[in-house]
Amino acid sequence: MNSKEYETYYVPAQSHWPLVGAIALFLIAIGAGQFVSTLASGEDSWGGWVLIAGIAMVIYMVYGWFSNVIHESMAGKYSQQMDNSFKQGMSWFIFSEVMFFAAFFGALLYARVFSVPWLDGAGNNLMTGEVLWPEFTASWPLIKTPDGTETTAMGWYGLPLINTLLLLTSSVTAHFAHVALEHDKRPQVKFWLGLTILLGAVFLCLQVAEYAHAYSEEMKLYLDSGIYGNTFFMLTGFHGMHVTLGTIMLIVVFIRIMKGHFTSKNHFAFQAASWYWHFVDVVWVLLFVFVYII
Amino acid sequence: MTTDTIHDTDHQHDDHHEHKMTGIKRWLYTTNHKDIGSMYLWFSFIMFLTGGAMAMVIRAELFQPGLQIVDPDFFNQMTTVHGLIMVFGAIMPAFTGLANWMIPMMIGAPDMALPRLNNWSFWILPFAFSILLMSFFIGSGAPNFGWTFYAPLSTTYSNGSTAFFVFAVHIMGISSIMGAINIVVTIMNMRAPGMTYMKMPLFVWTFFITAYLLVAVMPVLAGVVTMVLTDTYFGTSFFDAAGGGDPVMFQHIFWFFGHPEVYIMILPAFGIVSTTIPTFSRKPLFGYSSMVYATASIAFLSFIVWAHHMFTTGMPLFGELFFMYCTMLIAVPTGVKVFNWVATMWRGAISFETPMLFSIAFVILFTIGGFSGLMLAMTPVDFQYHDTYFVVAHFHYVLVTGALFSIYAGAYYWLPKWTGYMYDDALSKWHFWCSLISVNLLFFPMHFLGLAGMPRRIPDYALQFADFNKWVSIGGFAFGLSQLIFLAVVIKCIRGGEKSEAKTWDGATGLEWTVPSPAPYHTFEKPPKID
Repeated sequence: MNSKEYETYYVPAQSHWPLVGAIALFLIAIGAGQFVSTLASGEDSWGGWVLIAGIAMVIYMVYGWFSNVIHESMAGKYSQQMDNSFKQGMSWFIFSEVMFFAAFFGALLYARVFSVPWLDGAGNNLMTGEVLWPEFTASWPLIKTPDGTETTAMGWYGLPLINTLLLLTSSVTAHFAHVALEHDKRPQVKFWLGLTILLGAVFLCLQVAEYAHAYSEEMKLYLDSGIYGNTFFMLTGFHGMHVTLGTIMLIVVFIRIMKGHFTSKNHFAFQAASWYWHFVDVVWVLLFVFVYII
Repeated sequence: MTTDTIHDTDHQHDDHHEHKMTGIKRWLYTTNHKDIGSMYLWFSFIMFLTGGAMAMVIRAELFQPGLQIVDPDFFNQMTTVHGLIMVFGAIMPAFTGLANWMIPMMIGAPDMALPRLNNWSFWILPFAFSILLMSFFIGSGAPNFGWTFYAPLSTTYSNGSTAFFVFAVHIMGISSIMGAINIVVTIMNMRAPGMTYMKMPLFVWTFFITAYLLVAVMPVLAGVVTMVLTDTYFGTSFFDAAGGGDPVMFQHIFWFFGHPEVYIMILPAFGIVSTTIPTFSRKPLFGYSSMVYATASIAFLSFIVWAHHMFTTGMPLFGELFFMYCTMLIAVPTGVKVFNWVATMWRGAISFETPMLFSIAFVILFTIGGFSGLMLAMTPVDFQYHDTYFVVAHFHYVLVTGALFSIYAGAYYWLPKWTGYMYDDALSKWHFWCSLISVNLLFFPMHFLGLAGMPRRIPDYALQFADFNKWVSIGGFAFGLSQLIFLAVVIKCIRGGEKSEAKTWDGATGLEWTVPSPAPYHTFEKPPKID
């Protein structure tokens, strides 16, 4: 690092966006809290509206904040060092997302390795199996829970396999787009990036179709169908939300490419979106192995 | 937004105060690490008094046996919210405030790496805690399931406060993660040229490692509260054996977050006393690099000891042994630290200014907390101690006389740098001695209560515990009142007093003492030279 970099570090002026963001999160938390609290009782809820207002405000905040940042970046106020800050910030953010998924994968593995076999008397839990639910037999996927809820397991062939291929392909196309940008071949960037977005969108549509199939009378695989349904929907659901977010990021980057933003050297937003996309791909591969196949 | 504050490095920066907005907008819209640091510190102190008031209710109820003042459900709400506020609202933001104020000045950076994000991290907190406090007035009251919100207390048997609790924790987690990312990026990317990693002040090192822990475990907390939410309201059974889950699984995931969290609250304290003790001993820190490695070892070990909180849950024997030995292993790097502090003081020209008094008290009293931790780490012995007042004594020794005392040491140490004035020395000594005596009266007898079998989290107790509890309560009230002295010292110091020099303490080292007191609004826009 040379000292010249330090002299141009850009410290932004006062900004109202952080406060807008804090209020937005407040509305989301209050709204979601009230909405969820009234779910069971079925009483009138104002929470949903507050929640929607909060989400709208977050979108407004992200739009305004990022506009500022893009404006500053285009005006050449940022240095290489600022770019490093953004890159490191994004990598650590992705690391925090990895740990979020780790909690749910941890729950999945704990259930499979420990809690389900223990309920059937494995290890030193003979009496647990004998006394609590003597009828219960451990299996994975857990298609019959100790209290007798029955469901069916989602196979890995068919939609999930197609989805895996789609996402893996999209990781490759995203990489091609990145390489093209580094060589300043804009038409190719547009093509590969557009294809990546398309693949992401198709993935999401198929995921919706899979959920519809799971919730059908034929499968009866619901969120509350015991630990198998819990882990299945929480893991794939959070993954789907992240794919949605990643797709939105790619679309924003695509629009910026159309507007002629980014250079072959300087394209942090592009990199961030592309890193994020690779991250959701890796999570999916783990999901495919641990939730669907094994 | 104006752009006139974009600073060109070629002109001199003596006129920066003019760029400050005035009034409330300065604080709402600020991107200045010093403003944000001050807000964190004030917020944490307000939360400290709020959580402290709840502790007073607890001690008033426990003053004598029988139910006197509050009903048991409200008592449970008090213990729960007291814990949540002190952990997430007082100790953690106080450390983040110190980090914000001092890290850029210590590494010669113009500000934090991502200043707007920094402001967002702060402003989430008042909203998050107002949701938590609001829940006292909604439905059947605030969370009453303990700050550890064990399932099924927080799921099946929740009093209806779970949803607000979960979303409040979510947004305060967002705040912590963003704040931690900011600290990591600042330290990795903003050091003045020549400041290599092993030249960084130990204070900076400890925050670096702490921030890493935060980024690693706060998302796990977010995950576990999400599972609690869906178990309570959406019919999942992560923590319900009837659906194939396990309530003990909650404890595993929670403590996977919770144990590193414990070190998140103590590693920065190590950093602070490693700054103050060399200053007032007028000797460089003994064993700097071993301190760095010890901190890193503690951070690593913190990920593989979580189940020592759960020895009585009926884990397989292998698990009990593994977690017992790993836990005891932590005593090694911690011992390295304690011995290094003592060795730093050895044959030093020690003077006993208030920050040093708090630091010495920290070393002694934190070590007591560390020893009781070793006792708790022994699996067979823990079966006796588990969920008794012995545990309460243990973690209050490490968090009050540990973390909190170090925060006071840091606050007194840097108050002259922040305000430009010396604090009232006599008053600050009163604060120290009153705190020291009352805090031991408050927490030391709890060891005996716990060994004799008094369980924690109960509003009533057997007659045999009455005498100790009376003294504990008296110590509690005295400690609570003593903290108001600190408020008086700070307000007095802000309003004026004896002018402080740039280098307040003759033995002090570090870049923060090369700038005037009070520190100018913007420091180190040109990086300083590091030899």
